[in-house]
Parts: sequence; C-alpha cells; structure tokens
Amino acid sequence: MISNEDVKKLALLARLNLSEPEAQRLHKDLNSILGYMERLQKVDVSKVDPMSHVHGATNVFREDELKPSLPVEAALELAPDHSGRFIRVPIVIDQGGEN
Amino acid sequence: MSDLTHLSISDLRTGLAGKKFSSRELTQTYLDKIDKTKELNAFILVDRDKALAAADQADKMRAAGSNLPLLGIPGAIKDMILTKDVRTTAASKILQNFVPPYSATVVNRLEAAGSIVLGKTNLDEFAMGSSNENSAFGAVKNPWDIERVPGGSSGGSAAAIAACLAPYALGTDTGGSIRQPASFCNIVGIKPTYGRVSRYGVVAYASSLDQVGPMARTVQDCAEICQVLSGHDEFDSTSVDKPVPQYVAGLKKGVKGLRLGIPKEYFIKGLDPEVEKAVRGAIKQLESLGATTVEISLPHTELAVAVYYILAPAEASSNLARYDGVRYGYRAQGSKDLMDLYCRSRSEGFGQEVQRRIMIGTYVLSSGYFDAFYLKAQKVRTLIAQDFQKAFAEKCDVIVSPTAPTTAFRIAEKVTDPLAMYLNDIFTIPVNLAGLPGMSLPCGFDSKGLPIGLQLIGKPWDEETLFNAGFAYESGTEWHKRLPEMAKV
Amino acid sequence: MAQAPSRNGKSLNGVVMEFEAVIGLETHVQLCTKTKIFCSSSTEFGAEPNQHIDPVTLGLPGSLPVLNRQVLENAIMLGLAMNCEIRRYNRFARKHYFYPDLPKGYQISQYEEPICERGHLNVPMDGAIRTIGITRIHMEEDAGKNIHDSRTHSSLIDLNRAGVALLEIVTQPDLRSPAEASAYLRTLRQIVRFLGVSDGNMEEGSLRCDANISLRPVGQVKFGTRTEIKNLNSFKFVERALEYEIARQMSLLKSGKSIVQETMLFDSATGATRSLRSKEESADYRYFPDPDLPPLVIEEAYIRSIQERMPTLPEQRSKELVDGYGLTAYDAQVLTVERMNIDFFEEVFKVCQNAKLACSWLTSELFGALNTAGLDLKRSPVSARNLGELVKLIDSEAISGKMAKTVFEEMFATGKAPGEIVAARGLKQLTNDDDIAKVVESVFANNAKQLADYVGGNDRLHAFFVGQVMKSTQGTANPKKVNDIILSLIKKRRG
Repeated sequence: MISNEDVKKLALLARLNLSEPEAQRLHKDLNSILGYMERLQKVDVSKVDPMSHVHGATNVFREDELKPSLPVEAALELAPDHSGRFIRVPIVIDQGGEN
Repeated sequence: MSDLTHLSISDLRTGLAGKKFSSRELTQTYLDKIDKTKELNAFILVDRDKALAAADQADKMRAAGSNLPLLGIPGAIKDMILTKDVRTTAASKILQNFVPPYSATVVNRLEAAGSIVLGKTNLDEFAMGSSNENSAFGAVKNPWDIERVPGGSSGGSAAAIAACLAPYALGTDTGGSIRQPASFCNIVGIKPTYGRVSRYGVVAYASSLDQVGPMARTVQDCAEICQVLSGHDEFDSTSVDKPVPQYVAGLKKGVKGLRLGIPKEYFIKGLDPEVEKAVRGAIKQLESLGATTVEISLPHTELAVAVYYILAPAEASSNLARYDGVRYGYRAQGSKDLMDLYCRSRSEGFGQEVQRRIMIGTYVLSSGYFDAFYLKAQKVRTLIAQDFQKAFAEKCDVIVSPTAPTTAFRIAEKVTDPLAMYLNDIFTIPVNLAGLPGMSLPCGFDSKGLPIGLQLIGKPWDEETLFNAGFAYESGTEWHKRLPEMAKV
Repeated sequence: MAQAPSRNGKSLNGVVMEFEAVIGLETHVQLCTKTKIFCSSSTEFGAEPNQHIDPVTLGLPGSLPVLNRQVLENAIMLGLAMNCEIRRYNRFARKHYFYPDLPKGYQISQYEEPICERGHLNVPMDGAIRTIGITRIHMEEDAGKNIHDSRTHSSLIDLNRAGVALLEIVTQPDLRSPAEASAYLRTLRQIVRFLGVSDGNMEEGSLRCDANISLRPVGQVKFGTRTEIKNLNSFKFVERALEYEIARQMSLLKSGKSIVQETMLFDSATGATRSLRSKEESADYRYFPDPDLPPLVIEEAYIRSIQERMPTLPEQRSKELVDGYGLTAYDAQVLTVERMNIDFFEEVFKVCQNAKLACSWLTSELFGALNTAGLDLKRSPVSARNLGELVKLIDSEAISGKMAKTVFEEMFATGKAPGEIVAARGLKQLTNDDDIAKVVESVFANNAKQLADYVGGNDRLHAFFVGQVMKSTQGTANPKKVNDIILSLIKKRRG
C-alpha cells in the first residue's frame, strides 16, 4: 500500500502537479492496480533471467560517419520560446544538472 | 461500378492500372466519405489539399509508366506515427501543435511505394487505452454501434477501415492496440514480430513492446501493406535484419497439416460465451480445411496483465519524460520558474490515463521498489515467453484464441475502473510480452450484431503462416464481407 | 596494489595533519569521435549554437539511438590501457532526471553493467610509482549546455554537446592528496591522448572531474563521511578545490563537528566550495536497461583485435627509451608527456641514429623555440626529418655545435633543410686533417716569434694558436682536430 504522501513524492519525481482530488483519485487507483500486481510476488523466479530485450539481438552499431543535421530553424520553430539560436526557458537556479 | 471505397487493394490497383478511375477520383471519394462520417471522430487531421496533390502526382507518375505497388492508393496513419510537416499529436494536448520535421520510416516506405496519406487517425492518448476514450480530441465511435467503443488504442484506424474511409490504415500495438480494435470493428489487423517493422519516427509508448502493423478489411490487404512496412531499418537498433518472405505470393498454401494450438488458459471465466462459440466455430472451420488441433497450456497467462501494467508504464514514464515543455510541444504559460514550467506543462498537457501510467511507472522504477516490481515483472516476462516457446517447439505451428474476451463495450462503461479496462487486454498482452506476431480477423457476430475477432499467434518471424491460415479461413467465410451501415453512405 | 604512502605528519599549508585525506575521482572524458554516440550529428567544438542537432539530439518523439561503433572501441581501448577487465555482457541504462540541457529526460549511460571494471593505473609521483585502482569505466552521452542569463531571468539552451560520447572513469578511493589527484589526472590525460581517444582538453571541457573527498584519522581503516565536489575543469582547480575542502573538513572535525554528506560546487573565483544539495535531496534516477539498445556481447577476438591496433602506452615507451636508447628517466618522461613528442623523437632518431643528441636537440632547442614562438609540435616549422639531418651533421662533425645553432635558427625561421642552409652559407666544417694542417702551418709562419716561444716550452701559447686557426677558418674548422693537429706539429718541432 502506498500513502498519500508517497503519491505526492512520485508526482514530484515525475514532474506532475496534482490537485488534491486528483492526488486522492490516483492514490486509490494506484493502490488497486498495485494490489493486483501482488500476484507476481508468489511466483518463484529465482532461476529466471529478466527479459529486457526481445529476440536476443546483440551488437547493433552504426559507423562513425557524419550525416546532415537539421537546420537550426527546425528546432527554433518547434520550441515554445527561443532567443537568437538558443531555446529559452525560465532561469535554472541549481547549476548542477545531474546529481 | 460498385462503391470504390469497398474495393480491396488489389482491385484498386487493377482499377487504377486499367484507368477505370484515377487516384484523384479515388482519393476524392474517400475524402468525401470521411466528411460524411465525422460523427465517428476517426480522424484527428485530414489534409485534403495535400492528399489530392499527392493523388495528382501519382496519376502523373502512372501516366509516365510507374507501377509502384501502392501507386495512388490512399491510406490512413495512426496519429502516433510521425509525418513530416503534417501535425502529429499522439492524441495529446502536449503535442497539439507538434509538426514533425521528419517522417517515420514506415511512412517513408509507404510513400516510396506510391501510397497517399489521407490523414491522421484518432487514438487513445499516447496509445494508452483499450477504448479510444482517452483522446484529447474526443472519443472515437464504433461504426457498428456509435454508442460503443471501437476498441483501442488504434480505434480511429479501426473505425476508419470498418466504415470504408480508407483501404488500409496503420496502427501500433503495444498490448493489443491493433488486434483488439480490429476485433471490435470486424476488420483484420496484424501486429508483426517485434523487430520486423521499424519503430523509428513512431511516438514511443513502451519501447520493448511497441510494434507498427497494418489494419485492413482482408487478410490479403494486410499482407500487401505488411510487405511494404517490413524489413531492417538502420535507424532502429531493435529492427532486425532478416529476409522478408513474399507474403501475398504464398497466401494460397492452405492449412493442410497445420497444427493449431488451443491454449486452455484462454477459454476461461470472463470469456463471453458468444465469443467463445464463434471462436470454437472458427477452429472447426480451420479443421475442416485440413488443420489439426491440439490443446496446449500457457500456464503463466494469468500473470500477463500484471507484468504488462508494470513494464509498459515503467517504459512509458521514461519515454514521456521528454515532454517537458522545453524544446517542443505544450508549455504552460506564465511559469514562475523551471520546476513550475515542468510540472504545469506536464499536468496540463497529459490526460488522466497518461498521468496514471506515468505515476505507476515512476513508482515501479523508484529505488526500493525496482526489484519487487520491475525486475520481478521482467523475470515473469521471461516465463511467459518460455510458455510460447515450449508450445511452438513441442506442439503447434499457430496458436488460436479469441482476440478479446468480449465484443465492443459501451462508451463510458469502464472508464471509472482502470483495472477492469486493463483486464480486457488479457489475450493480446502475452503476445507483445513474448514479441510474437499476432493477427485478429473477423469470425462472427454476437446477438447484438457486434463483431467478434479470432486471434492467430505465430512463431517469431512467421507472419507468413498467420497470413496463410488467415487467408484460408477468410476464403471459406463471409464475416469479413459484412459492412456496417455507415460504410454504405 | 601499492600501499598508499602515509601522510602522517606532513603539512598542508603549514598545518600539521592528524588526518589523512581519502580521495576518489570520477572523470568524464569526451571522446573525439566524428559523430555523437547515438546519432550522426557532428561533435565539432565551437560551432554556432544548436548547429549540430537532429531528431535524436533534440529528443524528438519517435527518435531512436544507434550506437557509434567507434565509441565502444575507444572504451575498450582505454579499459585495456588501464588494465581493466572488459565486461562480456553489457547493457545501456537510462538515468532519469529533468534538466533543460537533457533532451530526453534521461541520460543513456551504463549502470550495473559497465564496459570496463577492476583496473588500475600506475601514476608517477615524485619519482616513484603509485598504483591507483580503477573501479569502472562506462560509456554515456553528454548533456547540452545551459547559459544562464540573470538579466532576463532566463536560461538559454544549446544542444550541440548533447549526445557527444563520454567515458566516465571512476577510481577507487586510493588518492591521498590533492597533488596525487592532480598527478592521476595528468596521467589519465596523457593516456587518452596517447590512445587518440580524446584530446583531453580541460579548457574545452573534454576532461571534467568530480572528486569525492573524506578525512579520517591516520591509522583508521574506516572511511569518514565524504563530500562530492562537482565539475572541476582544470588541474589547478582540482588541487585548489581539494585543498579548500580538506581544510574545511579538517576544521570541522577538529572542532568536534561532523561532516554532512553533500554535493558541493567549487567556485573558481572565490576558491571556495559551497553546498549544492545534501544526500537527502539526492535524486532517484530510476535506472533501467534501455530497451532501444540491444545488449553488447564482447568477444575475446574483438578485444584482441583492438589490443593489436593499440599504440604503445607512455609507461612502456618510457621504459624503451631508458633501456633501449640509454636516455635518462627524466628525458624519457619529457618525451612521453605527449604521443606527438615521442613519435617526433623516433622520426628524428630514425634519421640520425643518435638518441642522446636527438633528445637534447628536440627537448631543449626545438621545444624552447616552439615555446617562445607559442607553437606546438604539430605546427613546428622544423620537421622531424630536418632535425634528424641536423643532428646527423653534428654527430658526423660536419658542422660544429655552435654552427648548428645558427643553422637551427634559420631552419626554424624558414623551414629549410639544414643541408641547404649549410651549403648556401658555406658553413661546412673543415675536418680534413691535411687541410687543417695547412692552415696551422700558415698560422705558424705568420707568428714566428710566438711559435718559437711555444716550441721553447711556453704551453700557454697553445690557446693562442687554436684561436688564430679558428679565426682564419672563420670558425669552420673542427676545434678538436685543430687542437690535436697543433699539439702534434709542436711535438714534432720539439723533436
């Protein structure tokens, strides 16, 4: 079971703004869905490898060869806001990026 | 001459080649029909001018001697698939104004084969849904009963084909999104083997499960389109470099000696008796054509929905992280800082079901829960795939089952209970988890006059046998010829 | 593995330490592949903002990554150079966090399955070798750049760098001082440049370093609480930041306070570190294997083929210079700082076959001249072949060392071959004994009185005659021969 507090933490992690009623609804849904998932806990998978990829393909590469880029205009047209050749967002305070 | 919109792809090809009608006339006919059936809400975007210009171009090419396989033949594209310079939304507010600067490989292939894009079909937002009710552009209606859902997530494509608004459409299938709506709308749809068709330029929902496939009114039409879509793409590392058989050429092989596996776990409580009866009838029909049947067991079937609703949301929560209002798509106005911009853009841009799945996915990947949910689900996924491997290795060539446990349900019937909605995918999900090819084709109607789908599941890379078996069955039945009243306008 | 030297009693800025520093580094090396790690856009530095973009770089819907083969080769090559085990089964993982310079909302990296593990690097330190343990090396993509504009209260995003290939190299906590950290980084830089996998340019950000640092009482086995200092982008900053952080932690510990585990930023303007966030605030990256990228299975034969193509490493080449060429350890170190140096040296040697002379002309004359002119060896006006020819002329005594300096100056100024300059200026050394003897006899004849004194026993006049001979040959006579011939002719006269 997850708590209402957990729901809020998850929402922050996922960058979602939840209103109180939405948080409550999701809390209920998540508990019902995650409760259903409980059935997996009974399965013995101690000797089973996880399947992260299908059909066992391996070693797919491309050569280190240049191909034409998109024109900068393509990016700027898509961007909700830009300045010169840059995409613009409200100022980022924490300068660390990844932790 | 009969209604052009009812013709098969090979008849359209013959007609165009024999100058019985031009591509422009054909395209115009479809466009007019799309206009007349707007209440279906099957399309999110129709670009008449562009489609007609492409038709004129095709007519010119034909006059100049070109005989590309789909020259001048229109099709509809699920709006999950990128079309250069044509808005692509994934039925989400977050992409409501997104005009991609490139096309998906599948679209490039269809256009290179001469086909014309009529428009972009409606879907559940980011392909998350089984009813096409989760669209920012409104629900799609089932042409057989407009009070009912067409299935999802490729509901717009299914409705368009059923109502004869296009000869073929593209769908995407992550847990049944081609097959279940095909079943609800009395059409044929195939999800090819994972890796058979490029995912490049297809909005990602769950990358290890997604696959593009054709939807059409006949097995042969699906085979024609599948031929064009299939094959290795250097832009998709998961697309596999394997030779693609000539699907249409092999269609008349028949089913003599074909061993059909009947999975006992697919005929269970919750399966609508009318659906079961129709499917059993179809199996008998295949036997009468020379196939043999054997009961098989896929013992981990009952875990598939739980596995799917861990893995797909996990991948989705990751794939949808890029919709952050920074580089493209919807950005909430007046954000006070970056965090506010992220949170508001995403919660205003994503619909309820998408947010629900992002939350589930974030949870199952978060530290402390990863092993118990995500890793466990990946291991059970292995068991589910092994069930199929064992059945194919020991007992059968094709597995036959219902596509969905019921026929089309009423709009709004299941929206309040997401879990009930998820359970509707129980027969289609295992196929995606195992990466197998799966096809749905018409096999009857219930007492309410609603279509029932038969699912054929093949070995990896063996779409050919599905086409052959499907074609043999279809040739001996009339179900696929039934059209809803709406198709006759 | 070599034991870390104890820092017991050593001083840092005059303060006697009862604590020893425990330092581990995480270094990001930007690879110099032509294209990005997962797409075919250029990695060229210094382009216009957002010039090198494509659907993958922008993280557009539907875009998919395809691995650049060269990145894997470079990763394996560096792993071999750092004595690592190469993992046979590799997967890429997605590391999730939101940041405007990270287009997909996740970074494609490696998590539990890095390509290289359990290696070590020998680092020369104060004339000895320290062996630093390498925990892992993994492949990942770089992020773009945010330019913060406080004036308009906005951040501007340039994605040129997004998707450029990085190798992250993580050491064991084996380093014991800022100087060791810096020496390790210099050795790492030397190796990546030798291998040609990166230009190792810290100013352009090709080499970036995060440092983990803790203190513990000398003699204690257990590690203290550590802090992490992010984004150190010069050797100097690495040392200064670590020195500051050691002092900060030490003053806390000495006043009985405890260290908070946190992430710090180093401000190069103030020379101080400041807290970025505490451990509690650290993100949950939600790593999982990237389904878009099939696993890599590395075969033994593939590793061997890379090994065969690998250039000899500085450590080995340095050894060859000492053992094979008879150079000093110091000379060997100077020559192996850069692969370019040693390659140049070998070409010079090939022509002249005199290692000591070649080394001295390369390291003192040419390096000196290049340094003064602000050039590097790549742009040297004097080619290796010409320098070799010059050394050969000196070695065969065709010209004197003094003449050689004049010739070298002209070579450096004009790029001409030494033979050409010598011929044009008539600088050829007089080495033929008979010719020199003729000049000596003529000098004797012109200085009869001095000759008589010299023959009579005044040996101090020897220098006078050498000088007169050199003068009359305008310095072209071989001084040693002049010396010998004068001595022998005087001896004859003395009977």
